[in-house]
Amino acid sequence: MLKQWALVWWLALFALPAAAGAQVGEPAPPVSLPLLSAPAGQELSLASLRGKIVYLDFWASWCGPCRLSFPQLEQMRRELGPRGFEILAVNVDEQERDALRFLEELPVTYPVVRDGTGDTPGNYGILGMPTGYLIDREGIVRLVHQGYRKSDGEALRTAIVELLGESPR
Amino acid sequence: MKHLTCLFILLCLSACETVQPWERGTLARREMQWEPDRMEISLQAQINASKEASSGGQGAAGGGCGCN
Repeated sequence: MLKQWALVWWLALFALPAAAGAQVGEPAPPVSLPLLSAPAGQELSLASLRGKIVYLDFWASWCGPCRLSFPQLEQMRRELGPRGFEILAVNVDEQERDALRFLEELPVTYPVVRDGTGDTPGNYGILGMPTGYLIDREGIVRLVHQGYRKSDGEALRTAIVELLGESPR
Repeated sequence: MKHLTCLFILLCLSACETVQPWERGTLARREMQWEPDRMEISLQAQINASKEASSGGQGAAGGGCGCN
């Protein structure tokens, strides 16, 4: 009997992380983190962006594809921002200075918040860097984008434009 | 007693943890790479092949940040 229970517990330990995470069609887990960009230190929440189409982008300074994605995301934000699109970048570097150095090299106009604890990426259950979540006006995850290649920009832009075209429910 | 030992070992094993994608900053550092500079490695391989009159067996997969 004890052996069976031990097995059940053992399997449960594996099952737990797999069940967690943000899924397409489900509400995006809450995010409330201090800003890295100006005004630095001020808390910014995902909920405060409700009503906009939000691309929640998890990134780190050591991640090559993130470096590729930043200029493209910045371009999309500039183009589609006035239509109700916003990007919320969540930095997951262990050292804040690494993130700041990266942002000096590749400055962006959209808000960048920081989570050095790993709680937020853990809640979202991200499997690789970068991972982006396209969230609609009601706060529902509509698309999960893992990794980033130069050619991904166009498909992502199309998905955003499509969501922008949807009338609020 | 045997059961308890079994359970203890199982619980100890559960302490083995996977490095999460957002924790790979240290692994992505240059000194953690098997092949920090591919160009240099291929140059070294070229020299090695010409000196030894044989080639292959260079490098290994692994390391890295796991991006893409």
